[in-house]
Amino acid sequence: MKSIILTQTTKFLTPAFVILSLFITYRGHNLPGGGFIGGLMLSTAFALLAVSDGVEKARHALRVSPEFLIAAGLCIALISGLPALLGDDAFMKSLWLPEFSLPLLGKIHLGTPIVFDIGVFMTVAGFTLKVFFSLCREEEN
Amino acid sequence: MEAFYAILIGILFAGGIYGILRRSMVRVIVGIILLSQSINLLVFFSGGANRGKPAIMDGETAPSFSTMADPLPQALVLTAIVIGFGLIAFVIVLFQRVFSRLQTDDTQELFKTDS
Amino acid sequence: MTENLLILPILIPLACAVFCIFLRNQSRVQNGIAILGGGGLCLAAALIVKAVIDRQILVLDVGAWGAPWGIVLVADYLTAAMLAVSSVVALASVIYAIHTISDTEKKLYYVPLINFLMMGVNGAFLTGDLFNLYVWFEVMLIASFVLMILQGKRSQLEAGFKYVTINIFSSFIFLAGIGILYGKTGTLNMAHIAVAIEQSENAEFINSTIVLLLVAFGIKSAIFPLFFWLPASYHTLPGPVAALFAGLLTKVGVYSFMRTFTLFFGDKVEFFASLLLILGILTMVTGVFGAASKYDSNKILSFHIISQIGYIVVAMALFTEFALAAALFYTVHHILVKSNLFLVADIFNRRFGTSDLKKMGSLYKTAPFLALLFAIPAMSLGGIPPFSGFWAKLTVIWAAVEAEQLFAAVCAVLVGILTLYSMVKIWAEVFWKAKEDSGPSIQSQKTHLTQYVASIILALSTLWISFHPQPLFDFSNQAAKQLSEPSKYIETVLDQSTKEDRHETHD
Repeated sequence: MKSIILTQTTKFLTPAFVILSLFITYRGHNLPGGGFIGGLMLSTAFALLAVSDGVEKARHALRVSPEFLIAAGLCIALISGLPALLGDDAFMKSLWLPEFSLPLLGKIHLGTPIVFDIGVFMTVAGFTLKVFFSLCREEEN
Repeated sequence: MEAFYAILIGILFAGGIYGILRRSMVRVIVGIILLSQSINLLVFFSGGANRGKPAIMDGETAPSFSTMADPLPQALVLTAIVIGFGLIAFVIVLFQRVFSRLQTDDTQELFKTDS
Repeated sequence: MTENLLILPILIPLACAVFCIFLRNQSRVQNGIAILGGGGLCLAAALIVKAVIDRQILVLDVGAWGAPWGIVLVADYLTAAMLAVSSVVALASVIYAIHTISDTEKKLYYVPLINFLMMGVNGAFLTGDLFNLYVWFEVMLIASFVLMILQGKRSQLEAGFKYVTINIFSSFIFLAGIGILYGKTGTLNMAHIAVAIEQSENAEFINSTIVLLLVAFGIKSAIFPLFFWLPASYHTLPGPVAALFAGLLTKVGVYSFMRTFTLFFGDKVEFFASLLLILGILTMVTGVFGAASKYDSNKILSFHIISQIGYIVVAMALFTEFALAAALFYTVHHILVKSNLFLVADIFNRRFGTSDLKKMGSLYKTAPFLALLFAIPAMSLGGIPPFSGFWAKLTVIWAAVEAEQLFAAVCAVLVGILTLYSMVKIWAEVFWKAKEDSGPSIQSQKTHLTQYVASIILALSTLWISFHPQPLFDFSNQAAKQLSEPSKYIETVLDQSTKEDRHETHD
């Protein structure tokens, strides 16, 4: 089912959703948001693309396979726990870099919880897209 | 307020059980979703029903349950929703596979592995 | 921080799973990683056992958030024993899977899924937080769901449907139990819950939670009225997966019983203890009768899981220190033996191309070594001295007699005899009976050396317990001592938080 309105709006919405999902993930440590919500938003972007332009197009636009996203996300989440081991601390203890400011973005505060959130973000997006794509493919067959 | 939610949870749970016991797979899925929601509500209200009280402290007044909600059930219910989301997504895919392979959605016909 | 050791049984499978997803198409590399991971798990478990012997109880506050607030990982004797035995079974399973799981299935993430399963199992053993236990259950269950339907056979999808539905239901019941318990006690840390229950004035309030946990863990561990999903699904699984499921999944339920009931409810639950005793006896009896009525090797073995769970539940329900030790001893013995039986059964099922006992026969002539490999776990399961099953059954029966539950003891003996009957039935049908000529329609598969190696690992562990039961029994005794006096556990877990204020966040 092709709809010109959907196809045209998707062109604008997909990149907007991707950027918004990244922003939501970043602000999630102390404010509403976070990796899970961000991941869901990212998957919404590509799910929308899959609905409007077909699954193959969406897969192509994603560039990596959803499985790769899951694995990479888990890998990043795992790595985020490791720095604490170097300091002879409990696994997953959160470590932070000193705060600094950037012109456009304002105060930036980086630390291991953000790395963990990015891992969650990728894993959730990968899982949701995997489920969505496999359901779509069944539908097309 | 608590009594209302308790009854609501009970109704959802009963509806879920009824759905799971139906013969059609789609109704089983609906049943699982209802069950999941009822348990999520139960977990959410395990900290008591507090209306209009956020789970955030301002750092000055001493924390007490008269001014704030218990944050832990909210965290728990988030986790439970996430897990429920994953489970239900998986269940839908699985049941879809079962349907396309067995060409039936009647659970009464799935007895071949029982004996 | 030696406590960081406790994270290894969770991290190693996770790392292996991630690598194997990246290396999806290289099944050889995946095999290598899987074996490395299995070996690593065994090593980590050995280190934890050693650390536990040195220091009794190890507690890791994950993320340095102190005990009642953050999630803790705790290793005591019980946890260490379960970790050790499950890692041995995992190693055997991955070795067995090298040649028996096809490359197509390995492309569908067989190895990562096995590793996720192990991560869930180990996490469930280690965690000291009730909600976290639920999360690990889910990790384990989702991995097991996918493993069950991976080959996509008709029977597996059908079995998967039932398995998934009932297990999701049990998870929800468990979650409801946690929710209500949190509402009553205001905490999720197991040690802290124990304190809250101890201090509460009306002890009746935990009854609703006990019932919910009883049903939830009862479904997971397949005790009497709740076991029907198990014989309907396990016989459809491929060999190495069946061995892993049979050895570990139900035992996670049993472990949760042991942990929560000793810690939370202690001696407050005479009624539930006697209920559990009756359920245990019924589980033993129905399981063994179910097995006796079947003529299919996998179905017989599936039903025997249930009857053996019955022994463990009976021992647990007696609730004396000696009985708890017997329960742990039985669990360790049972995990090794049952997994091994599923592996050996898979070897001869593949040879005949079927699991129907009527179509097998006279294997002793062509494969006497296989007969020996089957005989070791089979005789052990049947409880013939000097095999490990004999010591395990002896301790359970002894504990029952000591607790003056003579009926339970008599049932245990009778069920033991019927177990032996089933094992002799398989033995006679597969190895001794002259094979009827059933035509060339049945396709047999070659046996690879790795299959034997996996079985030999488990057989050697069984033999070691058989001829050296004392070290394991001492270990079980220590575990039982800790379980029957939970104050030490509670103190150690909660002490971590007060010792030093590691609560300071970054700002």
